[in-house]
Amino acid sequence: MFIINCPYCGERDQQEFKAGGEAHIERPKQPTELSDDEWAEYLFMRKNIKGVQFERWNHAHGCRKWFNMVRDTSNDEIKLVYKMGEKPPLE
Amino acid sequence: MSANLRVKSSEFIDETHRISFKFNGKTYYGFKGDTLASALLANNVHLVGRSFKYHRPRGIMTAGSEEPNAIVQVNDNTNRTEPNVRATEIEIYEGLEASSQNCWPNVNFDIGGINNIISPFLPAGFYYKTFMWPASFWEKYEFFIRHSAGLGKSPTEKDPDIYDHRNIHCDVLVVGAGISGILAAKNAAKNNLKTLLVEEKNELGGATIYQNREFNKIDNQSSSDWIKKEINELKNIGNLEVKTRTSVAAYHGYNYLLARENLTDHLEKKDKNNKVRQRLLKIRAKKVILATGALERPLVFNNNDRPGIILSTAVKKYADFFGVKCGEKNVFFTNNDSAYESALCLHNKGIKVDAIVDIRDNSNSKIVKAVEQAGIKIYWSHTVVDTNGYRRLSNISIMRLSNDGMTVTGKRINISCDCLGVAGGWTPAVHLFTQSGGKLKFDEDNDVFLPNKYLSDQISVGSCNGYFNLKEIINKLSIKLKEFLKIDQTDFDNIAIESEEETPKRNIWLLPSDKAIGKTKPFVDYQNDATAKDIKLALREGFRSIEHVKRYTTTGMGTDQGKLGNMHALGIIADTSGVKMGELGTTTFRPPYTPLTFGTIVGRNVGEYFDVFRRTAMNDCHIENKAEFENVGQWKRGWYYPVNGETMHQAVQRESKAARESAGILDASTLGKIDIQGSDASEFLNRVYTNAWSKLAIGKCRYGLMLNEDGMVYDDGVTTRLGENHYLMTTTTGGAANVLAKLEDYLQTEWPELDVYLTSVTDHYATASVCGPNSKKILKKIFPDLDFSNESFPHMSFKEAKINNIKCRVMRISFTGEHSYEINIQASFGKSLWEKCIETGKEFNITPYGTETMHLLRAEKGFIIVGQDTDGTMTPIDLQMDWIVSKKKYDFIGKRSLYRSDTMREDRKQLVGLLTDNPNIILEEGAQIVSELNQNPIQMLGHVTSSYFSPNLNKSIALAVVRGGKDMMGKKLFIPMEDKTISVTVANPVFFDEENKRLNA
Repeated sequence: MFIINCPYCGERDQQEFKAGGEAHIERPKQPTELSDDEWAEYLFMRKNIKGVQFERWNHAHGCRKWFNMVRDTSNDEIKLVYKMGEKPPLE
Repeated sequence: MSANLRVKSSEFIDETHRISFKFNGKTYYGFKGDTLASALLANNVHLVGRSFKYHRPRGIMTAGSEEPNAIVQVNDNTNRTEPNVRATEIEIYEGLEASSQNCWPNVNFDIGGINNIISPFLPAGFYYKTFMWPASFWEKYEFFIRHSAGLGKSPTEKDPDIYDHRNIHCDVLVVGAGISGILAAKNAAKNNLKTLLVEEKNELGGATIYQNREFNKIDNQSSSDWIKKEINELKNIGNLEVKTRTSVAAYHGYNYLLARENLTDHLEKKDKNNKVRQRLLKIRAKKVILATGALERPLVFNNNDRPGIILSTAVKKYADFFGVKCGEKNVFFTNNDSAYESALCLHNKGIKVDAIVDIRDNSNSKIVKAVEQAGIKIYWSHTVVDTNGYRRLSNISIMRLSNDGMTVTGKRINISCDCLGVAGGWTPAVHLFTQSGGKLKFDEDNDVFLPNKYLSDQISVGSCNGYFNLKEIINKLSIKLKEFLKIDQTDFDNIAIESEEETPKRNIWLLPSDKAIGKTKPFVDYQNDATAKDIKLALREGFRSIEHVKRYTTTGMGTDQGKLGNMHALGIIADTSGVKMGELGTTTFRPPYTPLTFGTIVGRNVGEYFDVFRRTAMNDCHIENKAEFENVGQWKRGWYYPVNGETMHQAVQRESKAARESAGILDASTLGKIDIQGSDASEFLNRVYTNAWSKLAIGKCRYGLMLNEDGMVYDDGVTTRLGENHYLMTTTTGGAANVLAKLEDYLQTEWPELDVYLTSVTDHYATASVCGPNSKKILKKIFPDLDFSNESFPHMSFKEAKINNIKCRVMRISFTGEHSYEINIQASFGKSLWEKCIETGKEFNITPYGTETMHLLRAEKGFIIVGQDTDGTMTPIDLQMDWIVSKKKYDFIGKRSLYRSDTMREDRKQLVGLLTDNPNIILEEGAQIVSELNQNPIQMLGHVTSSYFSPNLNKSIALAVVRGGKDMMGKKLFIPMEDKTISVTVANPVFFDEENKRLNA
């Protein structure tokens, strides 16, 4: 059970949060311009990395804010949390 | 019968307090402080159970939670019965009843013992190999396997005990109160750290408290006297909490641990009542110190499982701590110095030790010399090759071991004995460490796995970290504590410690016999009857991964999780396949460390507290009306309202007719309600619903369909425009929370530029839906000042109103196809509103109806229910709802997916109506639909999603999804059932009032 440092509320128990899948996949601005393959790439294809992964999390039973997390899935170490809209760290 | 094998009074046993208990129906006596195991041994009872597969007689093997054999059923035939409890952990109390498991008719004569005789035919994987053929016989085999398998008996009655959960936050958690744990906890607490010390046993001090090692001295006192003084000091430390009888079950990431605190299991029955039996502690610790100690290893040799074969330190603990001798003629079998300590302790207490069999060729340790001086015969370089005695060990055979340890030579020497203490070295208890995600390394010198990489803020100290010598334990502890707790000094930095260097053990995982391995029974996992032979067979048959060998042979899969034998299994695999132990790795240690009862896991969340449920403000009215309730999500909703003993069918038929002929009333409070405000609210709705919202006038309502990004229908409901920048959205009852979360997700992450605010108001309003031809008359009486003319208040519009100065929102909307109104009122007035509607509607025979009637009425109209007629694979086009999908809007959630090649297929399952050829047959929801009966294989076209007998049409109607159904209007299809085939005709899903005349009537 993680302790997650919500960027708005501070450290809280994992029970209060919901995971929201891979981060930094932007919804296409003009979906109608996309081919079936391009749309399918956005719609279905997600990474499942053993190692450092960028994820979306929601403080569902708290402030209800979405934010990003960098987590090492091999040992569950949370390396960083940052707000939605902020640029992901390069490394 | 009442043999007394007490040797001398022990300070840990209160001999003035005699306790009677029953084992297998027979009464025995023990003393306060005894465990069931020590009390049985004192009564000379060694045979306590039968093994799982071969039903071999088994006795007590250990003195702790690692016990594999002595597991018993406690309080059988009562509602407090519990299976698989370790006799070594049960503290006896007056009236305790325990019995052997896994034997019939009794433990002394067990029919299943035949399995031992036919054991050559029961190799590893026997069940997998034998019962595979013919496949159709599996059900018959399974019946017999289920009957002969299983350890204890599960309780069949409700658990009468109370269980509890408690959250604990601390700076330092110390697990294990041996010498390392006590010193660690004391020094943490003294340095202003909030500290919790937990110990699974009922007393502190671990092994140090009772063993008077001659060669272990601290400050010139025996280590046991010294530790007693330390324990006394713990009481005076303010921020230290000590919990005994508390076993850590699980160690999760981020230092989150679960522990079971046992509060009443040691009490007499009369003292158990109305008390919390066990408490699950949910501990979040900033730092964790594991001081879980080490478990003594057995040795793996032929017939090493007979009652009377006991770990050497257990023999010592029974003598030292409980004052009980395990046998009259004791022999020890060892590969290290530990057995000598046990032998000397017995000798000093006047218990006869006949011999020590040591596989090493010598040892120069002081303790060994002391044993020699005591005149105990030592057989160097010898090994036990066989043992005898069916219900109790009677003698052993030993032979000289070859230099390489692979074979035996010379003649058998027989030694008569009734207790064999075995000592195979020590295994650090690293279970919790690995559960936390820690990585182990193999120490080749000592043949042990040790903690290597820690993932959280924790350390392992003492023997669980591979330190076995007192001086080393304490010196390393001091260094580690200072670094870990960031303190300058400990209060034991300057103590004088005397302890003796031990001569290394000689490790041989599988000891040879003069018999071929195939003819021997060297047990590795006692509880599951897995032998070294089975492991070798698995390797011969091609299993390589340790996890596969484990499952195939069931090694380590019992309730003890192989605490004793797992290392030997690994060693034998490594030796046989020529791989190094370190490369082989270990199997996964999974929580719980010792079994937990379900009561502890669920705590207070039982019965009506199992899950939260929600009731509407009108709930009392439904109860008064004798409603039957239905669970919808977490809500309790009125299902139907039987009158005069009506069946559900009769009630629903009556309610449905009443709603269409005069007036019905439904509690619609559970529908999700989301208040949407902001200057971009209209644009937001445009993006989340398939239809257009910008032109919806203030005061008007509109039905909307919400898709997932994959184009599949997700939710639906009516949204009302309350103001220029203000909407009230309704969602399905079950979908409310998810819809809000989804909308928030899009607002926060994809469209942060939109000025929109969402608030859930589901619980803030109670809603009564009044429908039927007389609904307008009723509403007029409730709201005499309101203009109900069609011009002023048409279908799909809304008005603010008041009942006695209480504000209401009245929407003219309909889910039944009738002229209908929904009245929303502040939830606290919900009950009054319902009562007022019933009172006012009396003259029109207003009839309360439940969810079942609502479903029937909407099905007559062909209105879908998301989640019943859709299942996450239906697009609006599949539902024949093309009309609600805007062609003009550039984008909305899911739009692009409606043009994918897959969603545009003509042969997708599509929503249609079905009429049975015999109008009295009601189809089963979920029934499969076919077009040809003589196909092989028969092709399933779809299934029935909603089905009712319509009292208003006087015939059976159904909605279904059918492959290519759109183009099948009028086609005959078949529904094959178990006992008959039903023929149906595809029809328009709108069965009733297709022109919507009634809405505007």
